[in-house]
Amino acid sequence: MSQALRKTNKFIAFFQLFFGHPMGFAGLAIITIFVIMAVFAPFLGTVDPSASGEVDNLLLPPSSQFWFGTDDLARDIWSQTIYGSRISLTIGFVAALITVFSGTLVGLVAGYYGKFMDEVLMRIVDFFMMLPELPLMIVLAAVLGPSMWNIILVVSLVSWPTTARVVRSQVLSLKERPFVESSRCIGASNFQLMFSEILPNVVPLMFAQAVIMITEAIYAEAVLSFLGLGDPTSISWGMMLHSVFESGVISESYWWVSPPIVSIVILIVSFSLLGTAVSDILEPGYKEKKGY
Amino acid sequence: MGFKRFILRKVVAAALTIAVIVCANFFIFRMAPGDPVRMMFRDPRVSAESLDLMKEKFGLDKPLSGQFVAYVKNLAQGDLGLSFSQQKPVLEVLAERIPNTLLLVVTALMIAIFLGVVLGAVAGWMNGTRLDTFILTASVTMYSIPTFALGIVLLLVFAYLIPIFPLGGITTPASGYEGFDLIKDVGWHMFLPAFSIVIWYIGEYVILTRSSMIDVMGQEYITTAQAKGLKKYKILKNHALRNALLPVITITGVNLAFAVAGVIEAETVFAWPGVGRLAYDAVSQRDYPLLQGVFMLFAFAIVLANLAIDLIYGFIDPRIKVGG
Repeated sequence: MSQALRKTNKFIAFFQLFFGHPMGFAGLAIITIFVIMAVFAPFLGTVDPSASGEVDNLLLPPSSQFWFGTDDLARDIWSQTIYGSRISLTIGFVAALITVFSGTLVGLVAGYYGKFMDEVLMRIVDFFMMLPELPLMIVLAAVLGPSMWNIILVVSLVSWPTTARVVRSQVLSLKERPFVESSRCIGASNFQLMFSEILPNVVPLMFAQAVIMITEAIYAEAVLSFLGLGDPTSISWGMMLHSVFESGVISESYWWVSPPIVSIVILIVSFSLLGTAVSDILEPGYKEKKGY
Repeated sequence: MGFKRFILRKVVAAALTIAVIVCANFFIFRMAPGDPVRMMFRDPRVSAESLDLMKEKFGLDKPLSGQFVAYVKNLAQGDLGLSFSQQKPVLEVLAERIPNTLLLVVTALMIAIFLGVVLGAVAGWMNGTRLDTFILTASVTMYSIPTFALGIVLLLVFAYLIPIFPLGGITTPASGYEGFDLIKDVGWHMFLPAFSIVIWYIGEYVILTRSSMIDVMGQEYITTAQAKGLKKYKILKNHALRNALLPVITITGVNLAFAVAGVIEAETVFAWPGVGRLAYDAVSQRDYPLLQGVFMLFAFAIVLANLAIDLIYGFIDPRIKVGG
């Protein structure tokens, strides 16, 4: 069988397993809805989410003009909710991308070279894992100033060690396998061995890590914004909650509190379900257990 | 390796971590664009005299190396600077809040560990049944719900809509409660924040105990116990759960770093006067010395708690004493 064909089959097999996993399927379906919402936000949102309205439109309950009502600056909550998905998903995907790539690189180098390199890199990883994540993110975000890119930077800086650790332990076992040994015998360089022999075998693990990291990044953005460290130029769900919480009318304006809470919870739970499913499927022995 | 060397290695590692945290804390607050040191000393809340005093004390007229020496010296004497928003030394502000946070965290953690271990053990014991699937799905869901979101929902439902619990704080203001009444009042105020933290922690312990239990159930000594004809309950209690609990203890230490997030969120939502709420107040007041102090406190607490757990683990796991 040719290499390409074998790869396609693997890919198809993964999806077959995936669609047989109700948790993962439900998670992916809901995430897809949010992605569509984010992509088509300009068509779905009725007005600019940050545009303040007329004075007599303050804190209006839902109506035909303002589907989800308005906030204390007369801004349309429906549009804020729709556009909020863009921020959550962008931060989630970008931070996960950075985290997984940098974590994988560190894990690959540490696992492959071993010895001194491994010792040094893993001590750094241990140190980062010992730090309290949220307080560190709060401190960094407060010092760097509120902007979307700073939040992405802060989240990535705090979460790469987990990936590094997981990838390293996988690399430790992979580098002893015969296919690596035989490539070395025909004269492959360290660089080639790491990136074209070992790395492709780590890709499934990177994928699983990416889902977990997206979940964590979305959560982190929501918490930081809720604590008042969000980017003031783009209204996220966490920031909506921050505004409600500070406004003093939290008990009277259910239409303002509910959309961001419901959106955050549903999106994060969906990613967690997806993450659980992906880790389940990638676990050795899952296929046999399911009778494939 | 002897037990003494095991202890020594752990203590040295903890000391090193603390040293790096101390250095990182110094540099983080100086890496900001626009020089945060100057920024915080331009604060109108600071009087001219205290400004001069602080400048001298923290060596702000000296180069960076001089500032670092002054910072370490002050820290060694327990001086974390002055909180601008509260007009008090940071250490004093922190000391007032620590007991409140400990009360909340320890209560929530104990309830969560107890319930989580029981549910996880049941799920692991009944692995593959409907009950197991239900407990697992519920745990993953509970674990994913952000604590602050859950807190806001609880606050709205059980404090505003159906006013059975107070809106926040730790006691009823100016109530003059004493003795048992005071304890009851604090418990009443603690219910919702503790509940939102517990929901989050439980999931973690369920998932962990469950997988550890499944692992243990496959071991040969369980088969032996079954072959001996021991009662199910006895096997569960004396053979399975005992061994399944070791990883639970380890993870309690690792998770503390993580658990701090739940505390900050819950304390913020319910205005619980603890260190977590202090982080929120420091951010909204742009009180950098206070924020620095809160971060240091959390980081120190986690390193020390981890050290304690490592040592406890060394005592209860016989393999560490003899061989490893």
